[in-house]
Amino acid sequence: MKTLGRFLLFLNTLVRRGESFRILFNRTIDEAILIGINSVVIVAIVSTFIGAVTCVQISYNLTNALIPRSTIGFMVREMTILELAPTITSIVLAGKVGSNIAGGLGTMRITEQIDALEVMGINSASYLVLPKIIASLLMFPLLVIVAMTLSILGGYVAGSLSGALSAQEYVEGLRSEFIPYNIVFALIKSFVFAFLISSISSYLGYHTKGGALEVGAASTKAVTNSIIAVLIADFVCAYVLL
Amino acid sequence: MIEIHNIQKSFSGVKVLNGISGIFESGKTNLLLGASGTGKSVLLQCIVGLIKPDLGSITYDGKVFTNNKLDLKQEIRRKIGMLFQGSALFDSMNVEENVEFPLRMLTPMSKEERRERVEFCLKRVGLENAGKKMPSEISGGMKKRVGIARAIAPNSRYLFCDEPNSGLDPLTAIKIDELIYELTKEYDITTVIVTHDMNSVMEIGDNIMFLHKGNKLWEGGREEIMDTKVPELREFIFASSLMRAAKKVDEELGSLDELSTIQNGREPEGEKPQE
Ligand SMILES: Nc1ncnc2c1ncn2[C@@H]1O[C@H](COP(=O)(O)OP(=O)(O)O)[C@@H](O)[C@H]1O
Ligand SMILES: [Mg+2]
Repeated sequence: MKTLGRFLLFLNTLVRRGESFRILFNRTIDEAILIGINSVVIVAIVSTFIGAVTCVQISYNLTNALIPRSTIGFMVREMTILELAPTITSIVLAGKVGSNIAGGLGTMRITEQIDALEVMGINSASYLVLPKIIASLLMFPLLVIVAMTLSILGGYVAGSLSGALSAQEYVEGLRSEFIPYNIVFALIKSFVFAFLISSISSYLGYHTKGGALEVGAASTKAVTNSIIAVLIADFVCAYVLL
Repeated sequence: MIEIHNIQKSFSGVKVLNGISGIFESGKTNLLLGASGTGKSVLLQCIVGLIKPDLGSITYDGKVFTNNKLDLKQEIRRKIGMLFQGSALFDSMNVEENVEFPLRMLTPMSKEERRERVEFCLKRVGLENAGKKMPSEISGGMKKRVGIARAIAPNSRYLFCDEPNSGLDPLTAIKIDELIYELTKEYDITTVIVTHDMNSVMEIGDNIMFLHKGNKLWEGGREEIMDTKVPELREFIFASSLMRAAKKVDEELGSLDELSTIQNGREPEGEKPQE
């Protein structure tokens, strides 16, 4: 409870006494490029395989001859868009971006770089953290869209290669009963996850005390706490929005 | 000139600063001397506003810093430069960008003006060729120089240094001390230096405050410090055999002087020698 209060106070300092718009804008672009470049490959690999595995497993479970094979395509689409793409991507990003944010801020804290900013009269929390959060809010949904596309593609390739269903059947399944709101839902989730991961990791990194050992600990804690927060939020979103 | 009055600070019930008062004059190197853990860094952090003291006031050239409006605080902060113990260079920026950073953030200078100022400052600290290097590629002494250049770049009126020569070899340490000393005189800066190094004291100690367990026990210039009667300070100074030897030589030279004056037929002034 006390930690939650401190966390909220921390978020408050981000928006109080900020730097000029131009500086924040430039910093945000820098951070966004960093997140995008650092994460796109791992997100692509993970989501392609997730789509492939989902497809193969569904076809393994779907032995009833009365159900058309195109159902496999339909189910891959539903599972990846609704759950797997946003959630698995966010968990991967919690490991990649979360540890990066916490490690970077922790190092700046223990090497007095944050103090150096404060002495200059710069609101270090706002200068360092706000761009990271905004950049995450921008980039996570984009990465999730990439993940959706690639996991459906992964399912397509796996389905064709394993002979579980033909390309036509897969596409037919993809096109049946499409609900656009599901994509909106997934993007809302990715916004929520982006905020949770970046703010929790920033909070833990920014408040690191001690030395290199503690920076490592803050990094680890950022990843585990972010993942737990993502899973809880995932459940809440499903409950509230579906 | 910076005036501090009755600065007190406790951390979870443990008193670290026990009511410190004093004046730091401009154009002088003011040293905060003391053993490790006596609260020197905490006092410095209180003065620059990184830590809020529990009690006491700090004024910069008559302007109250503690408990003042944010605007006025920011105005003072823009004139503060600080050299950190580990230099605290921004490791995502190269040397030039580090020195330019406060100019970009705090002054309305144009790009061209900033470039000139950066060049000037780097030259002044003797690093004209290192501008494109990253902090991880330069030595500890060079990092300190960059730290100094960054601290004075926005024409700072106040310079704070936390153990500026810790972790440096003796020769580099003296060079850094001398650089800080020269800059202080050149630009009439109010400089406050935290140190536990007697070499620095003897080289550049215009005004020295000796701190012990959160109290100020002695204050004076480097000429007077060897003659102090404060037992804690004597213990601190003569902890090193080098300083003991220096004292001995000093005394022997002193008695030689006296001897020669006696031989010249004049009585030595002041106290008679003990032996
Ligand atoms: N942020 C802090 N929280 C709690 N205790 C602190 C903090 N900063 C310093 N201290 C304590 O204050 C005392 C003085 O520390 P410091 O000023 O760093 O000593 P030094 O004279 O070596 O610079 C030490 O005992 C230290 O443990
Ligand atoms: Mg210290």
